[in-house]
Amino acid sequence: MYEGAVQNLIDELGRLPGVGPKSAQRIAFHLLAAETADVKRLVHALVEVKERVRFCSVCGNVAEEEQCRICRDPRRDAAVICVVEESKDVVAIERTREFRGRYHVLGGAISPIEGVGPDDLRIRELMARLSDGQITELILATDPNLEGEATATYLARLVKPMGLKVTRLASGLPVGGDLEYADEVTLGRAFEGRRSLEL
Amino acid sequence: MYVSHLQLADYRSYESAYLELEPGISTFVGPNGQGKTNLVEAIGYVATLGSHRVATDAPLVRRGAERAIVRAAVVRGDQRALVELEITPGRANRARLNRSPVPRPREVLGVLRTVLFAPEDLALVKGDPGERRRFLDELLVARAPRFAGVRSDYERVLKQRNALLKSASARYFRQRAEPDLSTLDVWDEHLAAAGAELLAARLALVAELQPLVAKAYGELTSSGGPPALHYRSSAAPDEGHLPADRAALAELLRGALSEARPQELQRGVSLTGPHRDDLQLRLADLPAKGYASQGEAWSYALALRLSGFELLRADGDDPVLILDDVFAELDAERRRRLAEHVRTAEQVLVSAAVPGDVPEELVGTRFRVGEGRVERE
Ligand SMILES: Nc1ncnc2c1ncn2[C@@H]1O[C@H](COP(=O)(O)OP(=O)(O)OP(=O)(O)O)[C@@H](O)[C@H]1O
Ligand SMILES: [Mg+2]
Ligand SMILES: [Zn+2]
Repeated sequence: MYEGAVQNLIDELGRLPGVGPKSAQRIAFHLLAAETADVKRLVHALVEVKERVRFCSVCGNVAEEEQCRICRDPRRDAAVICVVEESKDVVAIERTREFRGRYHVLGGAISPIEGVGPDDLRIRELMARLSDGQITELILATDPNLEGEATATYLARLVKPMGLKVTRLASGLPVGGDLEYADEVTLGRAFEGRRSLEL
Repeated sequence: MYVSHLQLADYRSYESAYLELEPGISTFVGPNGQGKTNLVEAIGYVATLGSHRVATDAPLVRRGAERAIVRAAVVRGDQRALVELEITPGRANRARLNRSPVPRPREVLGVLRTVLFAPEDLALVKGDPGERRRFLDELLVARAPRFAGVRSDYERVLKQRNALLKSASARYFRQRAEPDLSTLDVWDEHLAAAGAELLAARLALVAELQPLVAKAYGELTSSGGPPALHYRSSAAPDEGHLPADRAALAELLRGALSEARPQELQRGVSLTGPHRDDLQLRLADLPAKGYASQGEAWSYALALRLSGFELLRADGDDPVLILDDVFAELDAERRRRLAEHVRTAEQVLVSAAVPGDVPEELVGTRFRVGEGRVERE
């Protein structure tokens, strides 16, 4: 244990995802040794992201305005929605340039172990978007792991009565992984070859 | 195949150990508690990513050390492979194959295949169903490593489903609130799909094992036979005939799940599926558990292991045979017959506290184990 402020910083850093106690300690001492100006820049970036960045009121993606860049873009196809778990998946799919529709960011996947059920995801918002009749295809691009599959199955069943075309990314994505780690070519091909879900 | 080199660091009682091995028979001798089993356990770990003695990794790391390292060079025909495992309890283990890191340790499964006989094997006959399920599943993985994925997918579904059942039943009891069952349907679907794949593979394996077990048992003893294997599915409680194909098995599981649902919601756990099945071992049409004599139970356990060996051998090449202290448990006649059976394997590793327990024809190269060291005689 270190004294007050240092230990405080280590504790806070240790709460970040992927940062264990050892890394937290290393980062803390790195910051302690860094130039004041550098640390201030980091603090500013942290504060700014909390103050400026919000979540798009339509799709839940990160945005700097009421709506995100993609939802505001009139050239995007309003009839197709691609459902993803996180904003970083939007970035991954955008890189492939295969998709010209809009997104819906759920904010995670169904996982009872972590206490995440449908009510904890932006599913009600999705249903509201679908109810206006403009949308004809829903692409379920949740992660290719068990929780992502379960979320896709759940959504497919939920929207079934609406009669839209529901598709899932083609296989070929590394199973058990995260969408964001798939390379552009693989992800692009998975988009191309998406298949209708039969239930 | 055979193990040509084994290196340990902070594994069990070994701070460090290095030994070179050859094809054929090697015997490890030394007094009790000197580290003979630790040695062969490490080799078994490289093949299965698990110990035959303990369910968790913590006891494998030397007291006071942070992690254990096991490194084994495996020769298969004219190919050599180097497997390195870093075992850190409480964290994901890391693996390297031919000095390159692999994304997941299970990718080294299949490089080394072993069949391990140990005093603990008696539990195959006398122990809980879990012992026999593990026997079947480990054999599936040894034959086709992709089953490690099938098995872990199933376990993951089970964990998620149990978590949901638990919270649903807690909510029901505490607040009398109707549980939200829409997501349970989804998990049922995944459980049926993953469960059917595992179940189909186990059933096919049992069918292949049946004649081999009968033959091996008959060769070990003339007492008590003939043995018969009955797979008992929790999804078909009355000894009904189980379908062989996956679609029909998934249907069977779906039916069993919907039947079990009220009870599952009450108890908050999954009550049906391959995790609740058993492989019943019968002898002269009586369950061996509860009826077989000590000697018969031993012969049954050995017959199961030998059959596993025969299956793997028939798939292409000999797995490494490990006999950990089993001769002490057997009478002279069974010792001789077991020795007869295993002698021809490409590599046999034998451990014994009493050198005289090892049949003449199985002595081979002798290693002396003592005081944390292993030395060739
Ligand atoms: N994690 C560990 N750290 C240190 N020592 C350990 C650890 N695990 C086991 N040991 C020690 O290893 C010894 C047991 O080794 P092992 O089981 O290989 O004995 P053995 O030679 O097979 O004996 P036996 O003939 O009785 O079967 C015990 O003395 C035990 O205390
Ligand atoms: Mg021992
Ligand atoms: Zn948006």
